[in-house]
Amino acid sequence: MSSDSTKKTIIVALGICLVCSILVSSAAVALSKIQEENKELDKITNILLAGDLMAEGKPVREIYKESVVPILIDLNTGEAVKKENYPEKINIETFSIKNLVSDPELSERIDPKNDIADIKRKPKYMVIYEVFDGDKVDKFILPIYGKGLWSTLYGFIAIDSDLQTIKGLTFYEHGETPGLGGEIDNPKWKNSWKGKQAFNDEGKVIIQVIKGIVDQSSPASNHQIDGLSGSTITTRGVDYLVNFWLGENGYGPFFEKLKGEAHEQV
Amino acid sequence: MSKYKAILLDPIFNNNPIALQILGICSALAVTSKLETSIVMSLAVIFVMTLSNFSVSVIRKHVPGSIRILVEMTIIASLVIIADQLIKAFAYDISKQLSVYVGLIITNCIIMGRAEAFALKNPPIPSIMDGIGNGLGYSFVLLFVGFFRELLGSGKLLGFTIFSINTEGGWYVPNGMMLLSPSAFILIGLLIWAIRTWKPEQVEEE
Repeated sequence: MSSDSTKKTIIVALGICLVCSILVSSAAVALSKIQEENKELDKITNILLAGDLMAEGKPVREIYKESVVPILIDLNTGEAVKKENYPEKINIETFSIKNLVSDPELSERIDPKNDIADIKRKPKYMVIYEVFDGDKVDKFILPIYGKGLWSTLYGFIAIDSDLQTIKGLTFYEHGETPGLGGEIDNPKWKNSWKGKQAFNDEGKVIIQVIKGIVDQSSPASNHQIDGLSGSTITTRGVDYLVNFWLGENGYGPFFEKLKGEAHEQV
Repeated sequence: MSKYKAILLDPIFNNNPIALQILGICSALAVTSKLETSIVMSLAVIFVMTLSNFSVSVIRKHVPGSIRILVEMTIIASLVIIADQLIKAFAYDISKQLSVYVGLIITNCIIMGRAEAFALKNPPIPSIMDGIGNGLGYSFVLLFVGFFRELLGSGKLLGFTIFSINTEGGWYVPNGMMLLSPSAFILIGLLIWAIRTWKPEQVEEE
């Protein structure tokens, strides 16, 4: 049989496809467990980074277990959901924003007018992380996400228990250009968020990323962040998404709730 | 033995896929802003090119001429997906930095070109040598570019500070252009100039 006969052509084509698909799928299946673990570990590492909890020579899982408590909150009411009331499909350990957003029951459309982070839908529930210092909560680590230039940025922001001060910011997943928009991973830039004021006295979000370098002598410098040169659109995206999530459409109800509780205790 | 040696070593300086044939430029621009990503990309390309050359060579007598490009593409694409899965499993941080570029190895014309030009016409052992050799030639350029871009662009090598930069109280003002893709063009141009000065027979005739 010559190599160029129709029969041979079809046999070779089918054979190649079969062998290749077996190889690809077995690699994907065999490695998926390690890959999932990597992803989870990366997420935990980023939670710890946002909360400034990393310690040299200590495994991240151990630190996470010791100092971080995840809780589920209802984004619309701002209330923490009790364990027995968890929606059926939600598991706090494997919680994934992407799964929730793709499920019409567990997410809702955002009014385009308010959708400054350009995310279209938001989950109804969110897992947030409380960091304890002794018995009382020291800070809250909140998941945030929104559009950059090329991709959706997924990250965490840490807010002090005074509900005013930003304690850290980090992104664990994005597809921005390395060296340009990717500089949002630059530790120096991330550090510049620490200690900034997120809200003014009326509780309005005032944190902003400006173009260029913040003038340290100006009174506004405590709520302004340097823009990154070469990544105008990415940093604008970060500005919008932080404003969205800290505002009334994001964690606003949750913050109100906490302030109300603090008031009652006084 | 000397024949194999020539197949293996020729693509590094005498017949470099990037410097002489000007192939595979896209990824040479995209992943070289750091040395570490350049190294992983080089290893991935050597892996894919060696195995694709080998597989194509093994079945070369049975591949019908009418679908040979499709067969080559299928093999290369499968190998690239496997390489991508391996990087995601064992070098997760780097896979995040390489992002889409691992997948784009599929479109790297060097690999396709070697399968077409060499593996289809030669037995498996020389084909493997050719794959490794061209992979090394590609890697040589990538490492050269990655080395200078990371060093001059951020004052570091593999993440370790070599020049202390001015924003952290040092003396070196980093050259931001080195982090942008066009700088790779300039570096590759300089490299080609250097190679052709050393080996004038590579200069095209007017």
